[in-house]
Amino acid sequence: MLNNQLSAKRTHYLVLMKALMALSVIFMIMLVLFLVGYVLIKGIPFVTPEFLSSGVSYLNERIGILPNILNTVYIILATLMMVLPLGVGAAVYLNEYASNKKLVNSIEYAADILAGIPSIIYGLVGMLLFSNHMGACLLAGALTLVIMNLPVILRTTQESLKTVPQSYRDGAYALGAGKWRVIRTVVLPGCVDGVITGCILATGRIMGESAALLFTAGFAHALNGFLQGLQSAGATLTVALYLYAKVEGEFDVAFAIAAVLMLLTVLVNFCAAFVGKYYKRRNSL
Amino acid sequence: MIKGKKDFSERIIHGGFLLLGLLTVSCVLTITVYLIISGIPAIKEIGLVNFLFGTEWSSTAANAKFGILPFLLTSIYGTAGAIILGVPIGFFAAVYLSKLAPPKVRAVMENAVSLLAGIPSVIYGLVGMIVLVPKIRELFKLPDGASLLAAIFVLSIMILPSIIKISMTALDAVPKEYEDASLALGATPIETYFRVSVVAARSGIATAVVLGVGRAIGEAMAVMMVCGSAPNMPDSLFQSVHFLTTIVGSEMAYSSGLQRQALFSIALVLFMFIMLINAVLKFFLQENKEV
Repeated sequence: MLNNQLSAKRTHYLVLMKALMALSVIFMIMLVLFLVGYVLIKGIPFVTPEFLSSGVSYLNERIGILPNILNTVYIILATLMMVLPLGVGAAVYLNEYASNKKLVNSIEYAADILAGIPSIIYGLVGMLLFSNHMGACLLAGALTLVIMNLPVILRTTQESLKTVPQSYRDGAYALGAGKWRVIRTVVLPGCVDGVITGCILATGRIMGESAALLFTAGFAHALNGFLQGLQSAGATLTVALYLYAKVEGEFDVAFAIAAVLMLLTVLVNFCAAFVGKYYKRRNSL
Repeated sequence: MIKGKKDFSERIIHGGFLLLGLLTVSCVLTITVYLIISGIPAIKEIGLVNFLFGTEWSSTAANAKFGILPFLLTSIYGTAGAIILGVPIGFFAAVYLSKLAPPKVRAVMENAVSLLAGIPSVIYGLVGMIVLVPKIRELFKLPDGASLLAAIFVLSIMILPSIIKISMTALDAVPKEYEDASLALGATPIETYFRVSVVAARSGIATAVVLGVGRAIGEAMAVMMVCGSAPNMPDSLFQSVHFLTTIVGSEMAYSSGLQRQALFSIALVLFMFIMLINAVLKFFLQENKEV
């Protein structure tokens, strides 16, 4: 007979490890369920159509978050418009032009450093670089976020540029195309998925950002159009949440904003997963 | 003739892309230079030793004192606490998800972890403020629950996603042969995962921990909402404290003169911590490549 019994010591070890893994995973599940559930239950009752579609009026004692929603949209649009050409261009340079290994390494290392700098430091630097010259406004906030999101766009674009087959480029060259023509007609269309993924990730980061915007974009809740909005101070949803919770003690409003943000975060995550899956399936065909 | 013209425009385009490529480097240089230029004056005026090891911060008093030792220690203790609580949970969850979980469970949990990573830090702060802080006050019978302990709890949860994700990537990359060999020698699957796979993935897991340190030390908003915001020395977990990030965040808006300069010096100190973490990260990543 083969003895399949493990020694007592080994059995204890197995039980202990299994228990620790089970506890950790259960903790994670409970944590996510609790966070999402709690925020939605506390916040959703206060999310009325009026709350979403009006501004702040002290006369009517009404708090609405339309200005904050618009500010968030403006700052996302402005940031993406600036960071996309820069990030994609940098990625194209790294992948298509750069031949000096040292230069590539230092550019990538710089991108890693940028990705690791805490947002509060971006806030300070943004204040020094932009807000001190143009005043606290959405544009100053957007410029700060451009630096912050540069590594995101750079990395995702770079990843998808690597998946464009070399034979496509060679084919275009063989037909007599110049380098720029190859990039424009073959390489760039091939990295659309990376750019889209980068945009979604950047949107999520911008939406959730607060520390970098406190000193750069200001606190106002005024309702503005796009161009006017960029030139004036404004609080995005996250900054508004912070102000209502910490400064004004309006916790119902804070939770309502939190619920809206939570739903948007779920939406962004869903989009990112969907796009990832869609392009994976298409690329494998 | 035509060829020469084309060469010229190609060269201009090449130059344009080179400039874009150098953008990240110039951003890093600009940030570094600006932080050093604005951080040095206050350190000079206060004195490096007084600044780093002074235990008292009273920036608005008549006889203002700018010692940042309380914030330095709080940031170090807070980060260490978050790592002690967060890393084991993240580590065991990552081993389970990478090695044992059924594909469906894994897919669901990966989405959950991404969601956790995407939740804005102010929401963590808000929930901490409303749920955690009162609980701590009741449990330990304190006058106020906003404390170092509350900040540690919030931070430990906020670093979980990066720890789990990066550890999982490292564990997934362990060659199957290693595990097969261990199984063939009679080790049970769980013994194999913990004594072979984890060891093989150790530098990746170390990277995850270092990234967690970076996130914890740099987090401002969530901590600002639960730490109590008083410049005390962190002699106990229940002390109301300020971190390096939170003192900058809460005093910058109304600061002026030497106080403002001192806040920039704090940012410089924080930046140096981050650069140190980056250097450690680069070291681990290089080791990863060599293995």
